[in-house]
Amino acid sequence: MEFIGGLILFLVGFATLASIASISTLGLNICWGVTGLFNIGIAGFYAVGAYTSAILTAEPSVPSNPHLGGFELPIPIGWAGAMLASAAIAWVVGKICLRLRADYLAIATIGIAEIIRITFRNWGGLAGGSYGIHRIPRPFEEWGQPWAEIFFLLLVVAVVVVIYLVIERGINSPWGRMMRAIRENELAAAAAGKDVERMRLQAFVYGSALMGLAGALSAHYLKQFLPEDTEPLTATFLIWVMLIAGGSGNNKGAILGAFVVWGLWTMSEFLTDLLSAEWATRAAYIRVFLIGFLLQVVLQFFARGIIPEKPPVIRREEKAEAAKPG
Amino acid sequence: MAARAALASPMIEFFNDYIMSALVLGSIYALGAIGISMIYAILRFAHFAHGDVLTLGAYLALPLVAIGVHPVLTIPIAMAVSAVVAIGIDKAFYRPFRKSQPIIMVIASFGVALMLRSAFQLFWGIDDKYYWAIQPPLESLEPFSIGAKHLYIGGAVVILIGATHYLLAYTRTGKAMRAMSDDPDLARVTGIPTEKIVIWTWIVGASLAAAAGVLLGMDTRIKFDMGWNLLLPMFAAAILGGLGRPYGAIAGGMVIGGLEELSTLIIPGDYKSAVAFGVMVLVLIFRPQGIFKGRVL
Repeated sequence: MEFIGGLILFLVGFATLASIASISTLGLNICWGVTGLFNIGIAGFYAVGAYTSAILTAEPSVPSNPHLGGFELPIPIGWAGAMLASAAIAWVVGKICLRLRADYLAIATIGIAEIIRITFRNWGGLAGGSYGIHRIPRPFEEWGQPWAEIFFLLLVVAVVVVIYLVIERGINSPWGRMMRAIRENELAAAAAGKDVERMRLQAFVYGSALMGLAGALSAHYLKQFLPEDTEPLTATFLIWVMLIAGGSGNNKGAILGAFVVWGLWTMSEFLTDLLSAEWATRAAYIRVFLIGFLLQVVLQFFARGIIPEKPPVIRREEKAEAAKPG
Repeated sequence: MAARAALASPMIEFFNDYIMSALVLGSIYALGAIGISMIYAILRFAHFAHGDVLTLGAYLALPLVAIGVHPVLTIPIAMAVSAVVAIGIDKAFYRPFRKSQPIIMVIASFGVALMLRSAFQLFWGIDDKYYWAIQPPLESLEPFSIGAKHLYIGGAVVILIGATHYLLAYTRTGKAMRAMSDDPDLARVTGIPTEKIVIWTWIVGASLAAAAGVLLGMDTRIKFDMGWNLLLPMFAAAILGGLGRPYGAIAGGMVIGGLEELSTLIIPGDYKSAVAFGVMVLVLIFRPQGIFKGRVL
């Protein structure tokens, strides 16, 4: 019985983290999958979201761990603040860099993510420096194990479902078709009278706001947030592997990719735990190496992912509309 | 005489505290930025694993130093091995995407960076490593605080930049490389063998990065993330100098290195890397072609 209880708790924890990752992956799908914006600053937006929500909702800081706030505000306000803060930073970055070619955006986003990380790590008065922020509330905590975990998982799943439905609607609407048009051929889209720069900025800001939300959710789940949690490896790179493996451009693929890759990542941890202590630390690096290698294999042989992008369906009446002699 | 010494001492102090480190850092950025700039112009993608090639060079020198070879003398070997590794990486991970969108190569290079970094951690651990113990400044050069390592680094940089200049300005291969970075299509039409030039680009880029890694290791320490942390300033240097402009990359590296060191006069040193980023953003806004009129891709 104890074993089954432990297994259930483990599975709930796994599903929670994978669902949180799938929010980032969906955000990246808006940026890269749909619009073709090369955002590798996920860790930065994730950190902004996490720290913003933490500062807004945590208990007031104590002298042994000083930081701004906590203001003990309700958790939904923390989440909204997280999305707004990430969106605001994305807006500034996008305003400057989106009109340039993708590589510049890549360099700019990774740069901004690094600076955000350095700032949070060194500015003790803002976010507790290397101690991070502790005593972040987790919803449903008063229900105790295992219900607290299960309810939190359900909440995260609900958030994922809502986001999924909204994005699905968005990318199957004229908005989504326009985004695809911009990705496929910017000049043609501009010639058709679309405000390319504004649309790209929109996609970049929406996607980054979701990454901020993912950061906030993980901060509340972990109940503390440290600079280590914004390591570019897990916060940026794994999300990229998830999206590309799952099928970039496809929301179902993004979510599936998050679960599959997070599953592989977790399983590889099990395997390395079986090794002796000396080898276990070394094997941790092999895991990272294999994830990098997995990306190469996916890129070269399964570039379209598990669930490839489907071309948008044009409904019959729209076709008829288009065919009407003008 | 006494008055003159008093006047000179703040200048000397300034030199010791800022100019020396700016020169060292700037040269290291310059050596790394040449490769980034050429790869960007010829292969048309931002090579995110370039910092880790630099780290590779630094680690390759370690076993040689351990058996008693002077760090400076390990540079050619580190350069050669890194160049071979880089050509191998190109064959395995970048070449399949030559014909597709360049951004796929950026993703692949991001993955390569991660693979290299975890390989370093696997083989050499995560602790700092050193080629030699901390050296006191040379007494003969008082009041300047210049260590023997600085003289080695300076000499190596002059030789490396000189050799690069010779290659690019006077050899057929170098001229072909510059032609390709100016206009790949035109270069192809005139019969320049593309794949051969690509290989030479990796040889030049990777070997200079590896040399920069050994020099950085001589100056400070060797750690698995030493190169990754330099990626942003090296990109900034390449963009500032103008992509595809090797001499621009050298100038850009010196400027970025200098600004980073001088910035510690007004902002805490922890935020040094924000300076490179700030310069890069300003360049992208006001002069995306860089100082030397490079390509805007």
